[in-house]
Amino acid sequence: MIVQETKSKELILEMLKDVKKIFLVGCGDCATVCEAGGENDLKNITEFLESEGKKVTGKIVPDTSCHIPDVKMGMKKHAKELEDADAIGVMSCGAGVQSLGTLYEEKIVYPLNNPLFLGNTERFGQHVEYCSACGECRIDQFGAICPVTRCYKGILNGPCGGVNNGMCEIGNDTPCAWVLAYERLEKQNRLDNLKEPVQSKNWAAHLRPMRHLNPSNIKKMEEKAAKRAAKEAQKGK
Amino acid sequence: MKTVREAFEAGEFIITGECGPPKGTDIKEMLHHAEGMVGCVHGINVTDNQSSVMRIASLPVCKMLLDLGHDPVFQITGRDRNRLAIQSDLLGAHILGIRNVLCLTGDGVQAGDHKNAKPVFDMESVQILQAVDSLNNGKDMAGNDLKGSTGLFPGAVVTPESNPIEPQLMKFEKKVGAGAKFFQTQAVYDAENFKKFMKYARQFDTKVMAGLVLLTSAGMANYMNKFVPGVTVPQNLIDRMKEAGKEKAIDTGIDIMCEFINETKDSCDGVHIMAIGKEELVPEIVKRAGLA
Repeated sequence: MIVQETKSKELILEMLKDVKKIFLVGCGDCATVCEAGGENDLKNITEFLESEGKKVTGKIVPDTSCHIPDVKMGMKKHAKELEDADAIGVMSCGAGVQSLGTLYEEKIVYPLNNPLFLGNTERFGQHVEYCSACGECRIDQFGAICPVTRCYKGILNGPCGGVNNGMCEIGNDTPCAWVLAYERLEKQNRLDNLKEPVQSKNWAAHLRPMRHLNPSNIKKMEEKAAKRAAKEAQKGK
Repeated sequence: MKTVREAFEAGEFIITGECGPPKGTDIKEMLHHAEGMVGCVHGINVTDNQSSVMRIASLPVCKMLLDLGHDPVFQITGRDRNRLAIQSDLLGAHILGIRNVLCLTGDGVQAGDHKNAKPVFDMESVQILQAVDSLNNGKDMAGNDLKGSTGLFPGAVVTPESNPIEPQLMKFEKKVGAGAKFFQTQAVYDAENFKKFMKYARQFDTKVMAGLVLLTSAGMANYMNKFVPGVTVPQNLIDRMKEAGKEKAIDTGIDIMCEFINETKDSCDGVHIMAIGKEELVPEIVKRAGLA
């Protein structure tokens, strides 16, 4: 899940200072879980904006705002409300904001949330960052604890000198990922895993902007290409 | 005076000092301190944006100290440089005549004066040591041939007071394996604990120098206990600093350091003296410790 939070009211007002009429978009997925883009959150922000003299022309909470075709489909019913608005305010992560930006290039799109991290839910309403989608995962070596993400420095060969009673030097009650990995591997009797130096990370596995096709999409593309080639070969004959 | 490498190879007890480049271009005081240490230390570390506070870069200062007659120890961290910059700085160090390089991960940027900076950490201490080894052997990290290899003498740091200690020791062993020829420890004050660490470290083919930070007041000792990870100043030393009062504080700090040196010099290979801001005292410390 993309953990996120809604910007402060002051910041939203500052950002929207020239906007009189706005269409609001939430997200039924991560933003809803984070209480930052569900139906109720949109209702609250509407009340706030209207109390500040702005008009909310309409609103929608797509199932997942990062799904561009779904957002487009859902927005069909709101064409008039969107037309009446001079801007779109999106309560979702930046992916959702950009879905709207991509679909409605003539509109100014404002991000009302700050996307924070790719999060695990520890317990209801409480999230932590365990993974940073770095492109190549080999955390089996570290007792399934990701040092790229859970160590402030993202280092791969053990703790730095900043570990303090098992905690990270950055504070915030953050445990040292290397102490956690050490303890877990010790339990598994696999401390030998930590003895070999680990090479610097391959950042080419995470060259931005990333693209991805599902295996079935790749298969379809290959089939199409084969058909095309066969057709051309026939033509050639 | 022998260079760091020569002295280690001759089995001598090594003394290194430290120089923290200033923030800004006025280097008079720094050079004055450095001049005072010529002839009384084998080597002199030059810190690399220490505590993540932006200052003059380590490399040009190393060159200036080399010209003064020092054998500088170039501190290089992974905090501000990716692997291209680290390797090119190492090549640069070699052509300037700098030979010793202390390979560090680096403090977090949150500790310093540019808290919004992007921390790099493309490489950490073990990987930087590996890069030095590779450059010394004529190849870069990507396996490309170099036109002329480096002749660098790599060192690293270890924190004997780290808690828990086991993951730290595992990393120490990795650093030895990655080619660390010498270690300077994080500041140590507990001689017994240090000797215990040395008993362990003696299993490995590397040199270890005790890292010593001069205590200048009880307040500073308390500050280190509270805010510097991996450093423990025992209560009896804090009490001594308190009793010493303002006038005798520095003198007592020097006494404490000399006592530590005397108690541990047979169990380690040298001392790294960090007289932060009081570098002019290093010759006196060396003399009083009986090392001159």
